[in-house]
Amino acid sequence: MNHTAMQILLVGVVVLPLLGALAALLPAPPGLKGKNPDQAVLRHGVTVTGVVLAATVALAAGFDHAQPARMQATTDISWIPALGIRIHLGVDGISLPLVVMTALLTFLCALYSYFHMPTGPSPKAFVALLLVLEAGTLATFAVLDLMLFFLAFEMVLIPMYFLIARWGGAGKQAAAWKFILYTLLGSVVMLLGLLLIGVKSGTFDMVALATDNGPKAQLSHTVQLLAVLAIGIGLAVKSPMWPLHSWLPDAHTAAPTVGSVLLAGVLLKMGTYGFVRIALPITPEGMHTYAPYLAAFAAVGIIYGSLACLALVRKGAKGDLKRLIAYSSVGHMGFVLLGIASMTPTGVNGALFANIAHGLITGLLFFMVGALKDRTGTTDLDALAGTTGAALYGKAPRFGGLLAFGAVASLGLPGLAGFWGEMLAMFGAFRPAAGLSRPAFLTFMVLAGLGTLLTAAYLLLVVRRVCMGGTPHLAPTAPLGADGDPERPAADVPTPAPAVPDLARYEYAAWSPLAALTVLAGLWPAALLGLTDPAVQQLLGGGK
Amino acid sequence: MSSVTSLVQSVDWVAVAPPTITAVVALVVLVADLFVPAARKPLLGWAATGGLVLAALSLLPLLGGDRRTFCLPGHPDVCSYVADPFALVIQFLVLGGALLTALLSLDTIKDHDLPAGEYWFLLLSSAAGAALLPASRDLATLVVALEVASLPAFALVGLRRGDRLSSEAALKFFLSSVAATAVMLLGVSFVYAATRSLYLSRVAHALTDLPDARLATLASAGVALTLVGFAFKTAAAPFHFWVPDTYVGAPLPIAGYLSVVGKAVGFSGLILVTVQGFPAYADVWGPALAVLAALTMTVGNVAALRQDPRREHSAVRLLAWSSVGQAGYLLVPLAAAGYTHRPAHAIGATVAYALMYAAVNLGAFAVAALVARTRPANRITDYRGLYARRPLVALAMGFFLLCLAGLPPGIIGLFAKVTVFSAAVDAGLAWLAVVMAVNVVIALYYYLQWTAVLFRGAEEPAAAPAGPRPPAPRIPAPLATAIALATVLGLALSGAPQLVLRFASGALL
Repeated sequence: MNHTAMQILLVGVVVLPLLGALAALLPAPPGLKGKNPDQAVLRHGVTVTGVVLAATVALAAGFDHAQPARMQATTDISWIPALGIRIHLGVDGISLPLVVMTALLTFLCALYSYFHMPTGPSPKAFVALLLVLEAGTLATFAVLDLMLFFLAFEMVLIPMYFLIARWGGAGKQAAAWKFILYTLLGSVVMLLGLLLIGVKSGTFDMVALATDNGPKAQLSHTVQLLAVLAIGIGLAVKSPMWPLHSWLPDAHTAAPTVGSVLLAGVLLKMGTYGFVRIALPITPEGMHTYAPYLAAFAAVGIIYGSLACLALVRKGAKGDLKRLIAYSSVGHMGFVLLGIASMTPTGVNGALFANIAHGLITGLLFFMVGALKDRTGTTDLDALAGTTGAALYGKAPRFGGLLAFGAVASLGLPGLAGFWGEMLAMFGAFRPAAGLSRPAFLTFMVLAGLGTLLTAAYLLLVVRRVCMGGTPHLAPTAPLGADGDPERPAADVPTPAPAVPDLARYEYAAWSPLAALTVLAGLWPAALLGLTDPAVQQLLGGGK
Repeated sequence: MSSVTSLVQSVDWVAVAPPTITAVVALVVLVADLFVPAARKPLLGWAATGGLVLAALSLLPLLGGDRRTFCLPGHPDVCSYVADPFALVIQFLVLGGALLTALLSLDTIKDHDLPAGEYWFLLLSSAAGAALLPASRDLATLVVALEVASLPAFALVGLRRGDRLSSEAALKFFLSSVAATAVMLLGVSFVYAATRSLYLSRVAHALTDLPDARLATLASAGVALTLVGFAFKTAAAPFHFWVPDTYVGAPLPIAGYLSVVGKAVGFSGLILVTVQGFPAYADVWGPALAVLAALTMTVGNVAALRQDPRREHSAVRLLAWSSVGQAGYLLVPLAAAGYTHRPAHAIGATVAYALMYAAVNLGAFAVAALVARTRPANRITDYRGLYARRPLVALAMGFFLLCLAGLPPGIIGLFAKVTVFSAAVDAGLAWLAVVMAVNVVIALYYYLQWTAVLFRGAEEPAAAPAGPRPPAPRIPAPLATAIALATVLGLALSGAPQLVLRFASGALL
């Protein structure tokens, strides 16, 4: 495909969702009115995200796979000369997989919402916000200008706030506020770091900065330290890195299903992507200084996340399944950060791989937990499991099976997507970049290894409590919504178990791509690593 | 013979046209008020609006060059009136702000039965003073312009006859303002005593080498006192206490006018005296302004945060406190100018931010004026369900508020803040940048809370009377124009931020 077509595709990918969001607010044109306005606008959402997905797939097809380290489909025009801000877009092997995954997840979310709109105000605003969110996330991965990156980073805040605050579950207001204030504070601090780089180097262009640190001069060591600190705090809040993660469990728990999927699947990646795209190549010295600390926090995050999950999964802990998966994200993103902190091609490749794997698997898990809540009315593990377990295998075998598949993929079973990223990240920590303390990183690696064990433990416990359990006829679960009233019939009287519908057709449509890609990435990691590796080598090698 | 010709100055009437036209139209309106029958009074408003448009258009021929007039005989570079890019930009801001205020006022005067002739005369006089100020280059003209801009404003604030709140507001505003003027005059006289000149360029030169060390004390006292006077006009903390009560007591358009034009006047005065007049004392006013900026934004934002949305007039009160907070951001580049070698570069950030702020803040006041027509209490809770009643107005209001907060979709708000941050980082004022970062987060809370209220479902069923709800009454044309104008400006700037941000890169002074 020629360059112009690629350019148009990439620009279209960013601009189309914005136009779609505007169009969603307008009344539907004649001929597209559908059954009712709600259905029409939801269908509009599916159409637009579908077109965007098609465009990203075409972009991936037209991508020159022989040179993944080269920026492709680049557009570079001046926008605000006063600040030296240029509209500079492009994709390489690092961003392309993220762009495609974002478009895919958003499309699946739109598709899922078409059949299963979350309860809340009108779908019109919902679709518009979803599309703005998509534009912001896609732009984050496609822009090559620090200020545009910041703009895209901020663009997702308002839509996500409203998605949580309007369509969320219990405690949504507080969770939405926590999310937006926490991440805004992080990103404003990040802005200071970005400005410092821009002021000292004379350019905001990421490509130029990655190759030679800008036209003026190499950034001095002090500047790099300050810049990495400020930028790192902003990105670490978003990633999230322990101990800056505390907005995440609440936001995930309160968000509507599609909100959680996009939050975990895409928004968290913006943080780690920023580390790879900005911190590593532009401020290598500063990053070198902070890498051990980042790795330490990452290792603590891995252990912390899995311990929190173990605490939630215990019997009688009243653990929320959605919250549990949110905490598991803290652990998984810990692996990503550990890989980045190793500053080796192996580790960074692992981090990028784990990014994609986490997006696919956790997206799937959040979808399923949301659907489980719709079916049973609760995500409280104790309420779900009753005395013996929720027995989804018996009640809804396909649903239970897919949930177990997601859990097993998440714990990093070899052969599925979750395995490679985390293994490579630990390999990276095993042999960190020259100059980084090997004993320290070995400790972190051991901690991370311990974390995988704990992760396996809690996820298997989840499977045990949710998927397995007594057969419905012998040991009925508590009637949901009756929350243990004393007049419940005695346990030995068999009452009909509440029916749990199995997978619906639209759920197949929305979830099977994720499951299929999880298997594909697990069996054929080279497809992804072949894309990322040359680009990572170039970034770490100072652009050469 | 030569001594006679030197006394006669040739006046460049084209250069002084913007303030002059405004002043002349003000007088014409005042006189015409005597002869126009009561039924035709609205004509006065349209005449005043037309006059402001004319004054704004008279900026066009000046765009090309650096025209100056009222110069010292024999010294063509020492002038009292200079129409340089800085003056033109601020004059554009002032006249544009006054124009939007005029559009808001057309209906307010009718609804509240305000005396039309006086109202328009006062508004135009104040605008004339405000337009004169950015172009004046000597301390006497500066003070005169500042007073011409402020004195009519006191009367405007107190114009709501029989309203206790209004007279109290006017009195508060008047007393504190007069005290500030007195302090400033004292400062100016000290500076004059020390430097023997009122022309800013000469003052700047004289301050670099004072003949006597004792004069230096006098001069620095003068500098400090002059700055205090201007700090009051910009409502910088701790001189901000008059703001909320004055805004609530004043007619709504006047509150908007004070928040935009009043501030622009204070800031351009502050820029002129610091950067043009006292560059030698940058090590004094730089840190002082930095502390003032941090204090102002924190006080304003924290107070805005504590506003109870159910209290009467909470909308205006919140806008008042937020304008204090915004004044803090405006001060940041000014403080940075004291630290860098390129002060003109830094103050460009203030000018760019002020332009953004003028457009969106007047837009917010326009929406507030619209809501106040049906709900005079103007609580923030009254904005609930605005989207259901008037979707476009609600979207516009949401846009204004997010511009003020500086988050997309308010892209221009975001980049204006980025410019301010950039000035601070450039000057090495890291602590101020961090304080501002925290303030931006605080401010987001109340702006976004208000935005969220707009889109929440309509009011509780208990509040809705029985029967079908009457359709929303038509928006009066001038008000609609004002809102549309502000929205279009905001959107255009969001698409092409370069339009205002270029001032941040070019040397204005």
